[in-house]
Amino acid sequence: MLEEVSTKKSVAALRTDVKISEEGLLTDDFVRQLINVGEVDILVGLPTYNNAKTVGPVVAAIQSGILQWFPRDRAAIINADAGSRDGTPEMVVGASIDDVRRRDFNRVALRTLHSISMQYGSTVARGTALRTVLAAGELLQAKATAIISPDSTNIKADWLRDLLKPICTDKFDLVLPTYARHKFEGILVTNLLYPMTRALYGLRIREPYASEFAFSSRLGNQFLAQNQWNDDGAGEGSEVRLTLAAITSGLRIGQSFLGAKNHTDRHAADLVPALRQTVGVLFWSMDPNFSLWSSKTGSQPIPTTGAEQEFTHDPRRVNRKRLHEMFRSGVAELASVFQSILSAATLEELQKIAGLAEEDFHYSMELWVRTVYEFAAAHHKAVISRDHIVQALAPLFRGRALTFLMENRNSSADRVEANIESLCLEFERLKPYLLEIWSGKK
Amino acid sequence: MREMIVSELTQAVQELARGFARFLPRLIVLVIIAFAGWVIAYLLKILARSILRLIRFDRLSDNAGASQLLAKAALPPSSELVSRFVFWVGWLGFILLGISVLGIFGLQEHIARFFLFLPRLFAAMLIMFLGLLAASFFSRAVLLAAVNSNLPSPRFLANSIRGIIIVFALSMVFEELDIAQQTVLVAFGIAFGAIMLGLAIAFGTGGKELAQRFLESRLRHRHEEEKNEDELSPL
Repeated sequence: MLEEVSTKKSVAALRTDVKISEEGLLTDDFVRQLINVGEVDILVGLPTYNNAKTVGPVVAAIQSGILQWFPRDRAAIINADAGSRDGTPEMVVGASIDDVRRRDFNRVALRTLHSISMQYGSTVARGTALRTVLAAGELLQAKATAIISPDSTNIKADWLRDLLKPICTDKFDLVLPTYARHKFEGILVTNLLYPMTRALYGLRIREPYASEFAFSSRLGNQFLAQNQWNDDGAGEGSEVRLTLAAITSGLRIGQSFLGAKNHTDRHAADLVPALRQTVGVLFWSMDPNFSLWSSKTGSQPIPTTGAEQEFTHDPRRVNRKRLHEMFRSGVAELASVFQSILSAATLEELQKIAGLAEEDFHYSMELWVRTVYEFAAAHHKAVISRDHIVQALAPLFRGRALTFLMENRNSSADRVEANIESLCLEFERLKPYLLEIWSGKK
Repeated sequence: MREMIVSELTQAVQELARGFARFLPRLIVLVIIAFAGWVIAYLLKILARSILRLIRFDRLSDNAGASQLLAKAALPPSSELVSRFVFWVGWLGFILLGISVLGIFGLQEHIARFFLFLPRLFAAMLIMFLGLLAASFFSRAVLLAAVNSNLPSPRFLANSIRGIIIVFALSMVFEELDIAQQTVLVAFGIAFGAIMLGLAIAFGTGGKELAQRFLESRLRHRHEEEKNEDELSPL
């Protein structure tokens, strides 16, 4: 009885440390479990939703990584679950570190590794999941937090070292991954998100939208306090928002090469949500940070451990005809929408290339960059609904993706990298054009 | 006899002069009210124009598709049109106020009716504008969703949505203005029913395959064919 009263008091006391905005987020039971954990040095966040098929090896790899690389640190795994019905949270909480210890190291852990799960809702909201982990990290006063995707089927224990060590030892505030990926994977990142982030903010961040990353308590607490969690669907695109928060605050950002990554839950059909979570957030960030990005010219590399990027070449099935058809029909059907967004010259050029046969089709770098910049300016001026502007980019992106696929069909990794670099330089070269249309001179 | 005629004429002229003397101040008041009304209405026009520019009314109007309609009818931009409307309604109101001072029998009632009609006119205009705005927003949303889902005839779908919302808004406007309520209600019912029946028949017979694809994509979540086509992730 006494113990219960004391726990209730502790919960109340701890709640005073939590901001009022976070009060509704964390359940009493979750806060009670956090109290039992105490303070930690390392926190690993695992957002899940029906990941029973893959989460077992992921948790084992996390445990292995902590045991191998952080044996003296106090650590905890926080599972933010969206209401899985396949027993995912039970698998995370029930995974025993003893099995990993016996199998991999045969050594005794110096600290207890806690695993706590909390259901934050009944639908997937990556922003809320991140917010749950951030709030838990703040309460546990974690020095470094890593977020690991539950669908990373080929995760290795070393990922924990590569992501967390730069935070713990080199005082980085954000460590983002680079991967060995197929040359045609992540075309939205290589053709828009990376080059535009680089041109705007002057930092060569290869994966501004990452599913695995690590951050310091400084960045985590600042982001938790400053981010507008209630805007745009429970913090949609919060991964990019975190990256942008680190950039705009001038915090130390690094990259670590993690090797190959398999994605099981991402699909080309999800282009519009992908655009909202990445490009939509990037466009959104340009308004409040105008003074910062408008003064930047050129770009600088950021400290990177391992390779900056690697490309693989295994054959992949891509329906180029479908991409071409969707571009053509998009340009034709959305002409009235594009008239509000694009300049007459750009729209005319797009209509011209939409008339080309598939084998002759070419969406040039310059036209693509002008298109993206005009979309960004239209988003700033809110010429139509901002969400509609982001959605309208989808068919045009398909056209650019088609050109990228055709140009690099037989290209080596170096050639692909050179092409991406050329596109980045084009984004940087045309930045004055963005500034002109941003202020309405054109 | 002659004296009588002169006397009657003199009396009539005197009465006319007295009547005119009685009427003249009222006429002067009417002219003053009309002039003051013109000045006030002009100031209101300038104020309305400034407010509309401040709230970027023309952009709202563009979004609603109202600007395109006005351009087709060779009318000025929305903000200019609304500010002119404010001027004319304001000035007309003052003129009618001045006329009521003249005390002409029967006019008072019509003037009162005019002033009572004004709030409904404004409400009807607001309903129509919001209707156009909603029609434009939802038709664009449908157009984008249909294009990005690679559905056939996206423009037809978008225009259908726009048409339905505009018809609905128009019926509300007529109801607000109390114009041929019964006729409008029946016409709306017939038109809406006909559209729905037409769409159902078209979708059921002409678009059998489309219906099949639509239901398959809904029920299977993703079309098997498309699932196997692309193995690439955009992120």
